[in-house]
Amino acid sequence: MDIVVCMKQVPDLQQIRIKDRQPILENIPLVWGDIDKNAMEEAVKVKGKLGTGKITVVAKGSDKLQQGILEPLAMGADEAVLLMDPAFAGSDSVGTAKILAKAIEKIGSYDLVILGEGSTDNYSGVVASALAELLNLPEITYVRELEVEDGKIRAVRNMEESFEVMEAGLPALVTVAQEINQPRLPKFMDIRKAGAKPKHEWGPADIGLSTEEVGQKARRVETLSNLAPEQDRKNIMLQGDHDKQVGALVDALTKEGVLGR
Amino acid sequence: MSEILVYSYADETAFELISASKGFAGQLGATVSAALLGEGAGAKASDYFAYGADKVYVSEHPALRDFYVGTYAEALKQIAESGDVEFVLIGSSKRGKELAGRVAQKLDAGAITDANAVRAKDGNLEADRYSLGGNTLASQVITTPKKVISVMPKTFELGPKEVRQGEVVKLDLDLKEPPVKVVERREKAGDKVNLEEAEILICVGRGVQAKEDLAMIEELARLLGAEIGCTKTPASDWQWFSEERMVGLSGKKCKPILYVSIGISGQIQHTVGVVDSKIIVTINKDEKAPIFAMTDYGIVGDYAVVVPKLSEKLKSPR
Ligand SMILES: Cc1cc2nc3c(=O)[nH]c(=O)nc-3n(C[C@H](O)[C@H](O)[C@H](O)COP(=O)(O)OP(=O)(O)OC[C@H]3O[C@@H](n4cnc5c(N)ncnc54)[C@H](O)[C@@H]3O)c2cc1C
Ligand SMILES: Nc1ncnc2c1ncn2[C@@H]1O[C@H](COP(=O)(O)O)[C@@H](O)[C@H]1O
Repeated sequence: MDIVVCMKQVPDLQQIRIKDRQPILENIPLVWGDIDKNAMEEAVKVKGKLGTGKITVVAKGSDKLQQGILEPLAMGADEAVLLMDPAFAGSDSVGTAKILAKAIEKIGSYDLVILGEGSTDNYSGVVASALAELLNLPEITYVRELEVEDGKIRAVRNMEESFEVMEAGLPALVTVAQEINQPRLPKFMDIRKAGAKPKHEWGPADIGLSTEEVGQKARRVETLSNLAPEQDRKNIMLQGDHDKQVGALVDALTKEGVLGR
Repeated sequence: MSEILVYSYADETAFELISASKGFAGQLGATVSAALLGEGAGAKASDYFAYGADKVYVSEHPALRDFYVGTYAEALKQIAESGDVEFVLIGSSKRGKELAGRVAQKLDAGAITDANAVRAKDGNLEADRYSLGGNTLASQVITTPKKVISVMPKTFELGPKEVRQGEVVKLDLDLKEPPVKVVERREKAGDKVNLEEAEILICVGRGVQAKEDLAMIEELARLLGAEIGCTKTPASDWQWFSEERMVGLSGKKCKPILYVSIGISGQIQHTVGVVDSKIIVTINKDEKAPIFAMTDYGIVGDYAVVVPKLSEKLKSPR
């Protein structure tokens, strides 16, 4: 059972500061996409259950991947493919899917491709579907329970009005929802050992693409502006014991005219 | 003449998109069409015309019986390529979102998903969507000849329904049976709540550890006249609430006059759903919780103590 997991490093959104409605991204540490960690966890579980297989993590991003990739490797990935050529920078979602597809084709053998339901920063949900189309794979999204058996997968997916139980043959592509599992925190020793696992760095030429076909140059979506909403809050911390605080709150809300409407 | 093609799994969203597209069509010199896919879909044509579609494409191909993203994407591709479709507007439910990426790939198009505003400008459609997890709102345009945009439900109001005629195009699509089968569908219990319209909203977060404690929060809600919503954990993980009550990036966007957060840290994916509240009240035991930065009136404390006291206070004569 060969599993490919696609993971993205994103700026730690909780640490982004806003200045004049502009997000300040300099010096914000990178972390792995929340749901991408669920994707890796699920791969490790599937491999564990079947008792055999190989997990390859594929990530397109900056040179910070060099260090960051130790975490998914420590979680249980066996190998990593890093797509951090500067030419790849500035891709939109469909462009990212194209690069991932070429890299996965080069990996060659895969029974299951697992992604997150959405990336933590962009949450477009486009990458997985475009990738499934490019690799011509059956696709099951928003998966909250997954079973792999006898060359088949059975998945429960979480839709607005129902839970759908789906079945498909392998190879297939799956996106997972956050509730599917609790990603493990890799232990220090595993991180140390992860450094010895194979890592491949591929640029456009390695995956059969020219620099014109990737990254900023291949963008199909142009961003005209990207601003934070204006907010004006009172930031009053109510003081005293809890009786005082709730008293002050009720007074304030009465004055604001929101009680007894 | 270029065409705006609308498709949504939920007809209601399709009607909203058709209503809005009539306006765009005027500005762009385009026509409005819609795709009706699946068993018995053709019967809906008159409603689609009534909201303003000039043309509907109908396919009741057996492969479209159940919604499978790949097959529906292929159907939309064949429709888009048979006509002069420039824009494909899709209702951004979960199904619509997964569809957008696959249709875009098939059409060599750019895609924007979860748009919460769309306007016609300089001969193109410009769309807004949240970026950086909800920290910012990005305005974007697609630069490929064909463009795929999925638009959140309720982004546009339903236009008036009029008695109108239109053209029905029955299609003979070339589709294969889906490689993914739906073997069972477990309906969720219906929860018809409209949090988007709530004037007063209380949200429950992961800090509320015991389900029994919901009783005290329900009492507070009664006293305030509030609807109860939640963050992701109480809905998707604990299933205390239906996802109709989940507020945030992947849930509802609300704009109440008063929003009370209980045991919520203030992660951006939740707060993006409440930034437009007029007044924000927070009860959290950690004075460093990021949500206090966007709070008007904050109480640092254990909700299990603070909430009953607040209810008592609200019951006492003022
Ligand atoms: C792509 C993506 C999309 C997402 N979409 C959404 C979405 O739409 N909606 C959503 O809500 N989340 C969403 N999330 C998840 C989100 O990031 C948070 O994990 C989620 O909102 C849970 O936050 P919380 O505040 O409830 O829990 P936590 O962050 O764990 O915070 C709990 C808080 O409760 C406080 N607390 C604990 N005990 C008490 C007590 N006794 N009294 C008072 N306070 C107490 C703690 O101090 C803490 O601040 C999304 C995540 C991703 C990655
Ligand atoms: N740069 C990337 N490198 C590897 N995987 C990615 C990248 N971007 C997105 N993905 C995968 O695609 C999923 C959905 O991303 P998105 O379409 O941006 O919401 C993520 O959860 C990842 O699994």
